Amino acid sequence: MSTYLVKRFLLMLLTLIGISIIIFVLLRLMPGNIADIMFDSAGFVDPAEKAQIEKELGLDQPIPVQYFDWIKGLLVWDLGFSYVSEMPAIDELGPRIPITAKLAALALGFSILFGLPLGVISAVKQDTALDYIMRIVSLSGLSLPSFWLALLILMFFVANFGSIPIYMDPPENLWDELVLYSIPAAAVGFRSSALIMRLTRSSMLEVMRQDYIRTARSKGASENSINYRHALKNAVLPVTTIIGIEAAFLIGGLIITETVFNIPGVAHFLVEAILMRDYPIVQSLVMLIAIVTVVINFLVDLLYAVLDPRIKYAE
Amino acid sequence: MKRKIFTIASAASLVGLMFCAEAALAQKSGGVLKAYHRGTPPSGSIHEEATNSTLTPYMGVFNNLIMYRQDVARDSLETIIPDLAESWSWSDDLTKLTFKLRSGVKWHDGKAFSSKDVKCTWDLLQGKSKAKLRKNPRKAWYKNLDKVTTNGDGEATFHLKRPQPAFLALLASGYSPVYPCHVSPKKMRTNPVGTGPFKFVSLKQNEHVKFTKNPNYWKKDRPYLDGVEWTIIKSRATRVLAFIAGKFDMTFNVDVTVPLLKDVKSQAPHAVCELVTTNVSTNLIVNQFKPPFDNADVRKAMVLAIDRKAFIDILSEGQNLQGGAMMPPPSGVWGMPPDFLKTVAGYNPDIAGNRAAARKIMEGLGYGPDNRLKVKVSTRNIAVYRDPAVILIDHLKEIYMDAELDTVETSNWHAKVARKDYMVGLNLTGIGVDDPDANFYENYSCGSQRNYTGYCKPEMEELFAKQSMMTDQAARKKLVWEIDKKLQEDAARPMISHGKAAQCWQPHVKGFVTHVNSLYNNWRMEDVWMDK
Repeated sequence: MSTYLVKRFLLMLLTLIGISIIIFVLLRLMPGNIADIMFDSAGFVDPAEKAQIEKELGLDQPIPVQYFDWIKGLLVWDLGFSYVSEMPAIDELGPRIPITAKLAALALGFSILFGLPLGVISAVKQDTALDYIMRIVSLSGLSLPSFWLALLILMFFVANFGSIPIYMDPPENLWDELVLYSIPAAAVGFRSSALIMRLTRSSMLEVMRQDYIRTARSKGASENSINYRHALKNAVLPVTTIIGIEAAFLIGGLIITETVFNIPGVAHFLVEAILMRDYPIVQSLVMLIAIVTVVINFLVDLLYAVLDPRIKYAE
Repeated sequence: MKRKIFTIASAASLVGLMFCAEAALAQKSGGVLKAYHRGTPPSGSIHEEATNSTLTPYMGVFNNLIMYRQDVARDSLETIIPDLAESWSWSDDLTKLTFKLRSGVKWHDGKAFSSKDVKCTWDLLQGKSKAKLRKNPRKAWYKNLDKVTTNGDGEATFHLKRPQPAFLALLASGYSPVYPCHVSPKKMRTNPVGTGPFKFVSLKQNEHVKFTKNPNYWKKDRPYLDGVEWTIIKSRATRVLAFIAGKFDMTFNVDVTVPLLKDVKSQAPHAVCELVTTNVSTNLIVNQFKPPFDNADVRKAMVLAIDRKAFIDILSEGQNLQGGAMMPPPSGVWGMPPDFLKTVAGYNPDIAGNRAAARKIMEGLGYGPDNRLKVKVSTRNIAVYRDPAVILIDHLKEIYMDAELDTVETSNWHAKVARKDYMVGLNLTGIGVDDPDANFYENYSCGSQRNYTGYCKPEMEELFAKQSMMTDQAARKKLVWEIDKKLQEDAARPMISHGKAAQCWQPHVKGFVTHVNSLYNNWRMEDVWMDK
């Protein structure tokens, strides 16, 4: 197990180095840079003034030099300065990361809390009216674009309650925070919950046909025990993989949700930074997302062994 | 008799004062005005930007030497009033403009304002100072400015190379604030310091930009508001819904489009909305340096193919206006009147006739149904640019031009235009001041950075200078019409339409007046108050 862990850790490092190079090079391959953006708001481009700005920002240096400067900074937690606000990138990102993390956690919690039990119920009640209703709901969850759903929610609130559940000021306490984020979390988590539900359902249906379920039933085990102790435990493995992947994919949904609900998180900020070619922000943030994704995948791999004792990691 | 007149005058003054006092008492102080903003302002330095994203929230931080009256909707030379200058006077030859400055004015950081700050500001704009602006979009406005001199702390004189009575119009714009000598351009971008009614508090990207009342403002009893907070909301649907839901006192600067105005009116019937001309035009930039548009006949044919009414009906439900380079009347002061406009090539309402003439020109050049000209129409990949570009492509089909849409990411647009890497560009132009000097020198004059097409004709330069020196404004207007006509017929920057959009606010917001011929001059906010 320890050899496996070391190997996985080294692989993670290698992956992150690869990702850092890809991010860095791809960003610079994109046409236009921050100097172009700055001149956009002035309505013209002056080549001499543009060159001066590029020099000030170190963009005139060769790409390998810029890359190693960035990596050196990363190692000492110096993420550089935002080109747009001229503030330290860490100050720009720091307050936004917890907001997105909370939103993502709530959304993921929502998807698991609804997706998993509803998937089990749908499988147990296969081909009943309840199953059909849940299948329709899950299909709509997969097919409704989240930006559209989010707008519908806002319009519903304005039309019926005369208020709009968007972020205006920082919430004062945990309850306010929960209330503020629950609606956007539901909007973004709806798709994931639909996916988890469908996967749980199909996985459960497959497991429920296994011999050991029949054995459990013949031994006189209760239906609840069969469904949740015997079937779900085995059916949940592929669902765990999907939850891991969805956790990484959530960031895509959060970009739209943060924009529509006006939540000042990192997802929406990332898109803005890409549009502004704010390299220090984009690089740091994408690296952070990469780290989170790689770590989640690693944890999911470890979780397999916990969930299924048959899985052993070779020494 | 004298005594009787004095008594009547005194009584009249007393009655007047009573009315004024009542009006003054009616205004309530206090409250923070909450408005939304469409996106993070690129910086807080008005002199370095050419966008209302910066000017709208930051205008209240500063003062000008002179300004347009905030309570009069139509800006003109007659509506200019003193600001940091108490008065001004011209030399006899109209080349020296002297301002007597207010005393006792302090910058937000407590330092005293003086004539040195005035000199510093215009030295900075002319590139004469040691400190440099990163960007200087309105350099062309000061083409005629030789230098600024001071006489003690209380007097500054602008020395012009030739007479330019409308120089006042430029100085009165929201784009002409006075900057402090002692604050660097870099700091002005991030933490601007002014003398204005509101102090800058903070800017958080994608979140908010906040301003608080300047308690030491030199204008007594102003501002009424305790502050102004702009919440940044990128999604237009969200921000308009939030306004409808009453989360905001005011929308961003003419942010409500004609179709959206219907939604606002139906869902928030109590809101006050004014549909105004924005002085932002939709126009074409034509690359006159590369074939086929280096040929004046091809340009002329293209201009004749445009059906402006179709653009206006489709894009703004018939609300936008037809006009030339200058904003059309009745909102615009200098634009060509309808009867005159009809005499300009391409503006004749007989579209079929215009297009027949255009086809004739194209046939003369060897084009026809079997030999169509391939054209690329480039524009930013934003709906307000893309939509008219699509309509243009349809119109060009009528005259043997097969056009293809080339959408360009915003970040690359100006670089592409500067490289002249386009055939036809669909462009939007906002004019800061409704005055020919601002428009002609910025957009059509030789060497101006914002003259994208590089249009440069010595005879036109002479005409620009001639109108600029005229003191008889009626005669000047006639000459401006002729210049505008020539610009349109030269396809210098063919105009499609002049835009209209709405500004909305809640009924408790008082004292705000939308200006009908510029977006950029009415955001001082010192007279705005809330009846809450």
